[in-house]
Amino acid sequence: MEHFTPIASLCGGMLIGLGAALLLLCDGKIAGISGIVGGLLSPTAGDTAWRALFLLGLVTGGLFFTVFAPQVFTIAISRSTGALVLAGLLVGFGTRLGNGCTSGHGVCGISRFSPRSVVATLIFMITGIVTVYIINHLLGGSL
Amino acid sequence: MNSALAAFVAGLIFAFGLAISGMTQPGKVTAFLDLFGNWDPSLAFVMIGAIAVYSILYRIIRHRTAPLFATFFSVPTRSDLDARLLGGAALFGIGWGLGGFCPGPAITSLASGHWSVIVFVAAMVAGMFLYQLVDKIWLQPSAPAPQREPRVVTATTPAFQGPQDA
Repeated sequence: MEHFTPIASLCGGMLIGLGAALLLLCDGKIAGISGIVGGLLSPTAGDTAWRALFLLGLVTGGLFFTVFAPQVFTIAISRSTGALVLAGLLVGFGTRLGNGCTSGHGVCGISRFSPRSVVATLIFMITGIVTVYIINHLLGGSL
Repeated sequence: MNSALAAFVAGLIFAFGLAISGMTQPGKVTAFLDLFGNWDPSLAFVMIGAIAVYSILYRIIRHRTAPLFATFFSVPTRSDLDARLLGGAALFGIGWGLGGFCPGPAITSLASGHWSVIVFVAAMVAGMFLYQLVDKIWLQPSAPAPQREPRVVTATTPAFQGPQDA
């Protein structure tokens, strides 16, 4: 519990909801990050600009924090390059196969009361918890 | 241009939310998932805040017939549970616990220049390409393409066939 931040996390979560709502209000799109990236990898005409600009907004936000509050990128975990590559492959493949990630299913989908998203969120939470259990308690905390 | 600018601002606000909430800290993400260890429930508050705001605004916004700068709402309509959804979510969760990143925070963290996040995002994009390849070769055999429901809900709009991202 050393890093417990309920207020900051609640406020940050509300901003996430606000950004997602703005994308829906203005462009009629769901703020599912894996879907937004995936759509850029198999582009269709007239459907790429908003995706690229949304992602540019994400990176620009990250740049702001890199300059003014880099501590938001500091609580790291001990993972080898191989483990990170495997993690990235699983996240990329899994989110495209399952049509969504924490944002698309976990935030937008659950808010819409989508049964698919509720089930997907439960499943990725469970497999995430099992994975961390194995790494932290059976493999000594690093991989 | 307005729609592109709005997407940029939405992404910017989203990134601020991710950074402030702790989602860009892999150590906080895995501490949230470490239910049987030194559990940090912070990220539950992220979900509560995001869902509280979006679930209300979603319903207000969907009263409109169309978005401000687009002709229709692109919202998923499926409600069936299939093996792809379950398997995909399971694989994603394993990767999330292994790397401590999900797609949004990973892309936001690219600006930090940390080696770990650059490796992760490169592998994530490779995984998405790999999915497209596997989908084309094995998951969608040469038989007629599976019928997909249009994801467009508004009545007056043309059907839009596309990936049904949640």
